[in-house]
Amino acid sequence: MGLGNYQSRRLLSRMAVNDKHGENSPYFDGWKAYDRDPFHPTNNLHGVIQMGLAENQLCFDLIQEWMKNHPEASICTPEGLNHFRDVAIFQDYHGLPKFRKGVANFMSKVRGGRVKFDEDRVVMSGGATGANEVIMFCLANPGDAFLIPTPYYPAYARDLCWRTGVQIVPVHTDSSNNFQITREALETAYIRAQQDNLNVKGLLITNPSNPLGTTLERDTMKSLISFINEKNIHLVCDEIYAATVFNKPSFVSVSEIIQDVDFVYNKDLIHIVYSLSKDMGFPGFRVGIVYSYNDSVVSCARKMSSFGLVSSHSQHMLASMLSDDDFVNKFLAESSRRLATRHSLFTEGLEKMGVTCLPSNAGLFCWMNLRSLLKEQTVEGEIKLWRVIVNEVKLNISPGSSFSCSEAGWFRVCFANMDDETVKVALRRIKAFVGKEAEKAKNVIQRRSINGLRIISSSSSSKRFDESWVMSPHSTHVMSPHSPIPHSPLVKVT
Amino acid sequence: MAIEIEQPCVELSNVAVSETHGEDSPYFAGWKAYDENPYDELTNPSGVIQMGLAENQVSFDMVEKYLEQHPEASTWGKGAPGWFRENALFQDYHGLKSFRTAMASFMQQIRGGRAKFDPDRVVLTAGATAANELLTFILANPGDALLVPTPYYPGFDRDLCWRTGVKIIPIHCDSSNNFQITPKALEAAYQQAVSTYTKVRAVLITNPSNPLGATIQRSVLEDILEFVTRKNIHLVSDEIYSGSAFSADEFVSVAEILEARDYKDAERVHIVYSLSKDLGLPGFRVGTIYSYNDRVVTTARRMSSFTLISSQTQHLLATMLSDEEFTENYIKTNRERLRKRYEMIIDGLTSSGIECLKGNAGLFCWMNLSPLLEKPTREGELELWNPILHEVRLNISPGSSCHCSEPGWFRVCFANMSEQTLEVALDRIRNFMHERASVNRSLFSNR
Repeated sequence: MGLGNYQSRRLLSRMAVNDKHGENSPYFDGWKAYDRDPFHPTNNLHGVIQMGLAENQLCFDLIQEWMKNHPEASICTPEGLNHFRDVAIFQDYHGLPKFRKGVANFMSKVRGGRVKFDEDRVVMSGGATGANEVIMFCLANPGDAFLIPTPYYPAYARDLCWRTGVQIVPVHTDSSNNFQITREALETAYIRAQQDNLNVKGLLITNPSNPLGTTLERDTMKSLISFINEKNIHLVCDEIYAATVFNKPSFVSVSEIIQDVDFVYNKDLIHIVYSLSKDMGFPGFRVGIVYSYNDSVVSCARKMSSFGLVSSHSQHMLASMLSDDDFVNKFLAESSRRLATRHSLFTEGLEKMGVTCLPSNAGLFCWMNLRSLLKEQTVEGEIKLWRVIVNEVKLNISPGSSFSCSEAGWFRVCFANMDDETVKVALRRIKAFVGKEAEKAKNVIQRRSINGLRIISSSSSSKRFDESWVMSPHSTHVMSPHSPIPHSPLVKVT
Repeated sequence: MAIEIEQPCVELSNVAVSETHGEDSPYFAGWKAYDENPYDELTNPSGVIQMGLAENQVSFDMVEKYLEQHPEASTWGKGAPGWFRENALFQDYHGLKSFRTAMASFMQQIRGGRAKFDPDRVVLTAGATAANELLTFILANPGDALLVPTPYYPGFDRDLCWRTGVKIIPIHCDSSNNFQITPKALEAAYQQAVSTYTKVRAVLITNPSNPLGATIQRSVLEDILEFVTRKNIHLVSDEIYSGSAFSADEFVSVAEILEARDYKDAERVHIVYSLSKDLGLPGFRVGTIYSYNDRVVTTARRMSSFTLISSQTQHLLATMLSDEEFTENYIKTNRERLRKRYEMIIDGLTSSGIECLKGNAGLFCWMNLSPLLEKPTREGELELWNPILHEVRLNISPGSSCHCSEPGWFRVCFANMSEQTLEVALDRIRNFMHERASVNRSLFSNR
């Protein structure tokens, strides 16, 4: 009605008409396939299983039990209604003091009590999505750059860049050392940015990593801090998966490192982003946290939090829940245990069929290696395989290219957003698929060996098949989950 | 303890070091005075009374009663198995359909059914603060301008300009015609932009107005619509106080005008709303953008990822606002109570010899103390404000903080306190005026 399309576009800002919201990427086809045909254990057994959603659904029973036993934590129950008006009018961007205290307490427990957090540094934001954007607004100007190790969470492109004008400079990692961040890779990225006349303002890491599901070693973390200190740039640590660590090595937060005696650092460069969306499974409540050791950033982020405060309704409930030490201790231990069990169920099932994942100790997903199934070791090859998995195997998993992974053939597969039965269904489907692909590969080998006797000159088509495609999945040599994680190369550099 | 090293300070962003957040303005001195010495009926009867906070505290009892009678609104710990899980996981930026539908219906009821709202055009944000900023990001580029009539809500400087890099150019209004927006003033503001090579992207109005406490007349809205169409720019109508008009007929929404003309040229119009004022729930962070422009709806929805409403809150309010019996009664009763408060404060001020702009909406009145100014300047106004804050101990908001071009006007809130407290405030004003009258009678004009 009214304005034509061209005219309509001209009337909006550049930000409104560009693609930086990221939703036009082919990655979302998987979601569309799921939305059209969602799996259901009784109503739609052949639907698409959602394995592209990093949600933690394993511990709702614990939370519901707590809520049943604490009606006073709600402002709607008879027991809690007397708090209603005070909570309803509370819009102070400092947040409810009890809420901030509860968050600081929780963050500390997640780190095994090895760190104490100052509740006056806890700043709210609209989920970690909001927190990451706010941190960029505080630290960088439009056109500035942030280094981010690949593979990384796809929505960083939107969260860090869309409205801020900040640019991402990838720091490449690959499977040669289990995707660990090397000093060399950091320096390479930094130099490349400078050559492109980009002003690097900081390094942003996700620890535990999404999509890898691994935690950074202490020495790696120390070396990252040394790097940013040297370059005098910021370090933002997105620790949103901190409580999803389920195996050794235990989680080492940046907050612990900077407590180390004799460790030299500039505290004004260190910032943590956190949220309850993954650790507690509450993405709907939009609880994002910016925790900075830089007073100016705390002050600025707090003012900006007006644009994304946590509903006082939710603050009030969470203040009670997070201050309940018994509950928090029980929850963290049980959540960890259930994640470990789920991770084993899935990865051991995969191993039996010769599919391996990066050895991991955290997260709600695993980083699955399907390189041997690629027809070409390229992004195109990966996407082709992915479309088959989405449309025929009917599993919405996430292709590594959507995480800017520089090595084709890796896929993130979420396992904590479903029950055990659904995991088993997914495993059966993967087994069938892998079996079929192995058959196909065998037939190709047989045909080639027959053709090979007849063909005089080598054809270009036979050269297209590389080693990894010809080998059956059973012989692919990748680190098994039981191998020890190698020492970080960065240990030697510093 | 780790050794901290002294390094040259790493610069933060320009946005971080700018003062556009507005918090260093003298206006906040009033808040400070209140925080240091807050009035309490029993424990601190001589403290500063907070009259600078536009909050609606007159109708909580209705909401509380509803919650008492409708435990299903919360289903805390009970309800359908998996209910909590579903709600806790829900982070879809479309928002709960039931909530959007309830908001659309509520907005419709406030306008007496004279405008219909499509739930699929309702975009949810965490408060009107976020809604206004988000719309600015969508409608304007850094360096562009929005035209905003003065006086305006002080928070706009932060909400529209801080992180967006967009400028506000004032549309000057004054008491000669009760601060109404005129075509001449609109054109003058536009020309000011042109003369500085600034691109104007939109006119942003607040209707009912904050701080005037008055609705914009239909003819003026039509003038504004004609102006934005002619200049091919947008119109943002912040209708956050729409449910606080003292009578249902007094408020004309731009939505009604558009519906009456079959939505011709509606694509340039966007409405901002929130439950912070009408329902008195600022803590819950419930804002909406309602746009007649599909592209704006889509983009705003995507951007709302940075500022979604807690699903827990959405569920609670969806239940409450879908209850039409409740909402109809609430809207009607809330209006009446606000009108009564307004009459109470106007009577009190009139009997003290103080005039206010004739208001018909909102949580405040626009008080004229210009006859008391030593000098008709901003400094004169602040000099008058100082003793009111520190001696009379009333935190009222000076017009200069609202960018009013005419000194001597003050915004005085009346809905964020009990009637008793309002009486105390009126007494103090009465005493203040008597003292001043006895000092210098010639300051008062005979009206």
